[in-house]
Amino acid sequence: MRTTIPIIVAFLAGTLLIVSFFFNPEKIWIGDAKELALQWMTIVGGFALVLGVVSIVRVNARAVQRKSEGWFYKLMTVISVFAMAIPAIMPVTKESVGGSIFYSIFPESCMGYLGTGSNSFYDWLFNYVDAPMMETMFAMLAFYIASAAYRAFRARNTEATLLLLTAILVMLWRVPMGEAFLRLFSDNLPGYINTYVMGGFNVAVQRGIIIGAALGAASMSLRIILGIERTYMGK
Amino acid sequence: MGKEIDIFSIVIKLKAIRILPVILLTITMSLILNSQAFAQDFGDSVFLYSRITVIVLLLVFSGAVLLYTKWAKAGKKLFIRKIAGVDAVEDAVGRATEMGKPVLFIPGIADVEDIETIAGIAILGRVARVTAQYDTPLRVPVRYPMVLAASQEVVEGAYAEMGKADSYDKDTVRYVAGEQFAFTATVNGMMMRERPAANIYMGGFFAESLLLAETGNAAGAIQIAGTARPEQLPFFVAACDFTLMGEELYAASSYLSHEPLLLGGLKGQDFVKVLIIISILIGTLLVTFDIGDWYTNLFDVP
Repeated sequence: MRTTIPIIVAFLAGTLLIVSFFFNPEKIWIGDAKELALQWMTIVGGFALVLGVVSIVRVNARAVQRKSEGWFYKLMTVISVFAMAIPAIMPVTKESVGGSIFYSIFPESCMGYLGTGSNSFYDWLFNYVDAPMMETMFAMLAFYIASAAYRAFRARNTEATLLLLTAILVMLWRVPMGEAFLRLFSDNLPGYINTYVMGGFNVAVQRGIIIGAALGAASMSLRIILGIERTYMGK
Repeated sequence: MGKEIDIFSIVIKLKAIRILPVILLTITMSLILNSQAFAQDFGDSVFLYSRITVIVLLLVFSGAVLLYTKWAKAGKKLFIRKIAGVDAVEDAVGRATEMGKPVLFIPGIADVEDIETIAGIAILGRVARVTAQYDTPLRVPVRYPMVLAASQEVVEGAYAEMGKADSYDKDTVRYVAGEQFAFTATVNGMMMRERPAANIYMGGFFAESLLLAETGNAAGAIQIAGTARPEQLPFFVAACDFTLMGEELYAASSYLSHEPLLLGGLKGQDFVKVLIIISILIGTLLVTFDIGDWYTNLFDVP
C-alpha cells in the first residue's frame, strides 16, 4: 500500500494536469486545475512549515545542549527563528481576542512595535538585519565569479584557449571602455560579437540544452505518471 | 503483501501500443485543426483546439517512450551512452568513506513541485543506498519543508532497504533556511567546518550555484553537479569536477538504477530528440526558402 497509493495519486494528479492544459479555464473547471493544484500545494506547504521549524530547532538545540563548537551561533539561529515568526503570527488588533490581551498588558504607544507593520520590531529586523545580510551574500558572488573565471579561462589546451578568447571578446563588448576600444578597429565589431557570439553560438547551445532538458523532464514526468519511475519514493 | 500496481503493465496489457498508427492519423488531423481558420472558428470553445499540436507531440513522445520501455521489458539490449558524472557518484562516496568524512547532497533550492527537485530526490535515494552500505555519514540540507519531508522519506527508505535502518539519523536531512542566501551561508559554513569529502548538487539552482560550488572547491571536496538551468551550468562547469547537463540530470536516477525498464524511457527520449532535430532541419530549410510560415505556425502554441 505504501507504493500503490502514491502511484495512483501521481497517475491521477499527473493526468488531470495534462488534460487541463487542453481545456479553456473560463469555460470548464478542469481547465483551471493547475491553479487549484497550486493552491492546494500552498496550503499543504504551510502545514509542512511546522516540520521545517521542528527540524531546525531540533538540530540546533541539540548542539546548544551539548555546547558543541559554535553553539552560540546555533542559539542565535533558534532565537532568530522565533524572533521573526512570533510577531508575524501574533494578533495585534484591538478587536481580536489575542490582541486585546496585549493591549491590556502594554501601553498603546508600544503596540506599534508588535506585528509586521512599518516601524515594528519585525520590520526593523527585516530591513536592518535580514536584507543587508542577504545583499552581502549576493554581493560576494562577484568575487567568486572572479576566482572561478580565473580557473576556467586558463589556456591549458585548445578548447580552453578558445574559451578564453571568446570570454575576452564578450567582456570587451560588455564593458563601455572595452566597447570604445573595439570601435577603434571597426564600428561594427561590438555588433558582430552580439550577433554571432551571443545571439549565435551561445543561443544555439543554450537552446540545445533547453530542448534536451525539456524532453528529459517530460520523459521523467511520464515515467512517474505511469508508475515506472519510483525512485522519488526511495524504491 | 498485495500485488503492486504498475500502470505501465496495464497499458501494455491493453495493447495500447497499437495506437501508434493512430498517431499518424492525428498528425494529419492536427495539420487541419491547427490551421488558423479552424482555430478561430472554435476560439471560444471548451476545448483549446489551438493546442492540438501538443496532443500530437505528446502522443508521439509517449508512444516512443512506451515502445522502448516495452522492448526493454522484453529483454532487448539497449545501448545507453556513459554519463561520466553519474559514474563518478559512487567513486565520490567511496572517497568519502576512505577519508572518513561525510557526503554532502543538495537536492537544489527549488520546491518539490519542480521536476528538477524530484530528479534530485530520486538521485538522493541512490546516493543514500551507497552511503548506507558503507556507513558513510550523509548530510542533506534543504530549503523547503516539503522537500524535507520527501527527502527524509527517501533516505529512510534507502537505509531500510540496505538493512541499515538503525544507522539512519533523523537529522541526516535537515531544514536549513527558507531564504536563498541564508541557506547558502549555512551550507557554506557546513562545508568549511565539516569539510565533506564529496559534494553532490542535483536539482534546481539559482544565483547561489557558484557560491556553493566555489566554497566546496576551496574546501577540497570532489564535486558533482547536475542542473537543467543553462544559465547556472557555466558556474558548475567552472567549479565542479563533473557536471550533468540538462537531460542528464533526469537520466541519472534511471542510469544509476541499472534497471532496463527505466533505461527504455531514456531511449524513447533519444528517439524523440532525433525527430526534433529532423523537424528543426526541415523548418530551417523551409524558412530559408521562404515557404515555412505554415510549418512554424504548427509549432506556435498559445
